[in-house]
Amino acid sequence: MNYVIIGNSAAGIGAVEGIRLLDRDGKITVISSEQEHVYSRPLISYYLSGQVELAKLKYRPDNFYEQNGVEALLGDRVLRVAPAEKGLELQSGQRVTYDKLLIATGGQPFIPPLKGQSGENVFSFTKLDDARSLLAQIKDLKEKKIEGQAVILGAGLIGLKAAEALIKAKLKVTVVELSERILSTILDEQAAALLQSHLEEHGVDFILGDTITEFGGNSNHLKVNLKSGGILDCNLAVIAVGVKPNIPNITDNLIVSKQGLLINQQMETSQADIYAAGDVAEGYDMLKGLRRVIPLWPNAYNQGLVAGQNMAGGNASYDEGFARNAISFFGLPVITAGIIDPPAEDLAAKAGYEVLTTGCLEKKTYKKVVLRENRMVGFINLNAVDRAGILTGLIKEKRDLGGLKDQLLSNDFGYLSFAEEWRREKLWKG
Amino acid sequence: MQESRREETLRMKRIYALEEHCLGCKLCEVYCVASHSVSKDLVKAHKTEEITPRVIIESSGDTSFALQCRHCDDAPCARACITGAMQKDPVTGIVSCDSERCVGCWTCIMACPYGAIRRDKYGRSIISKCDLCAEEGEPSCVSHCPNNALIYKELEANERGVE
Repeated sequence: MNYVIIGNSAAGIGAVEGIRLLDRDGKITVISSEQEHVYSRPLISYYLSGQVELAKLKYRPDNFYEQNGVEALLGDRVLRVAPAEKGLELQSGQRVTYDKLLIATGGQPFIPPLKGQSGENVFSFTKLDDARSLLAQIKDLKEKKIEGQAVILGAGLIGLKAAEALIKAKLKVTVVELSERILSTILDEQAAALLQSHLEEHGVDFILGDTITEFGGNSNHLKVNLKSGGILDCNLAVIAVGVKPNIPNITDNLIVSKQGLLINQQMETSQADIYAAGDVAEGYDMLKGLRRVIPLWPNAYNQGLVAGQNMAGGNASYDEGFARNAISFFGLPVITAGIIDPPAEDLAAKAGYEVLTTGCLEKKTYKKVVLRENRMVGFINLNAVDRAGILTGLIKEKRDLGGLKDQLLSNDFGYLSFAEEWRREKLWKG
Repeated sequence: MQESRREETLRMKRIYALEEHCLGCKLCEVYCVASHSVSKDLVKAHKTEEITPRVIIESSGDTSFALQCRHCDDAPCARACITGAMQKDPVTGIVSCDSERCVGCWTCIMACPYGAIRRDKYGRSIISKCDLCAEEGEPSCVSHCPNNALIYKELEANERGVE
């Protein structure tokens, strides 16, 4: 069997490992436009802040390709897939054939149309090369003894991790966000307010409910024009308003839905022998009951692992997709998963939702669980993350919580909170 | 996730707690710390080394038990790990974390359905979890439990779900 994987990140590597569970011998070719060995993209903010050195960005050991019999074509691009001949044409001129193909090309930053943004000191922050460029610019500022100022557009996960890293690199940082609160996709109003004040204590300035319309000035001294009319001076800017699937324009007949490549629970696309996984793909969200892109590392790895097994003739499926995040800012950890803010109209319409919260402002803690028909569908654990995975497990289990509901927010929530029979069923699984 | 593998589920010994035998004495925790110390000495380990126990003791009223990493077949922690530090050994089945590569992002804590992974209380931000005392043959918590409330064995099919 001859496997080709386009993409060398979480989904691509998951697929290699999935294939090798079932097929030790088939040929695997991994094609990536990046030159890098397997590295972890979420770690680039740790690299930018100096917390992690370059060598430790590796997601798998140096001998990963050799051990798994992978031919890695790095720094090359797929120009065209011809499904009829099962062939790929690469930028380098090389032609590659496949029996099973996986598209795991990930996401790419969404860049809104802004005037003047082509300036050299306006960055994205999703790839190692972005971190390298930012580090070079910071070094340049330091050499010129300029006290650096940065403006970040977007208060999502990427924007705020960039903000933290740049503060640690001794820059002044202002984050501009169109929404009225930070991390609006994974936090509710209360949690967002708590985290925002924590970030402000560590030096991040926020301008919410506003956005950037134009970049002016010159490369060393940018002038950022805001929609509200204000102007911010800075030396560098990061655009982090979101990512979109990086759908390669390489073949016809692949169904692209609202956002990504449409896949079923076996990670198959609409084309025979072509699979997709990770941030490029629109897989099943078990909580929302629909297909959508869930651009998160664990989701990508798991989809890749399933795709790989199925490419190798297996019968695996993944239907446990839902949003989940663990993230820390200046030592304040937060774990969230699932539906964290059911729409007010759903609550009003009594769509079976129930929301429980507890917390302490002084201790900067906040816990929230969201139930639907007495089943766990989401939670926020801010600065109270220990054992949060039990809640994630309950989401997957989809079981009626019964009396366990009343224990979910307690400080010593654990397996003793479960009914004895349920606990034994889980702890004596073998 | 439904899996499809050539091999049968990896068979391995795991630690099981017998609630009705547990006295809640926490000696498992004490020996866990010693086992993961440099000195391997009970007193020195607690007085001079900073070690987070790998075992979690749950206790309420008359009921108590110790809980360690279940070394799950599908190891959701390893599959979620963003650095590759958390790995399940395909031969021994042991799930372990390379503390050199761990950055303390807590993604494994988000993923572990047993809540069996701890944040290390000391030093650099990393996690701490049971490694089944891989170097010692039998986990130290099991061999030192004074009331045999912890057993280390491979369950037979008819033992699953029951004590």
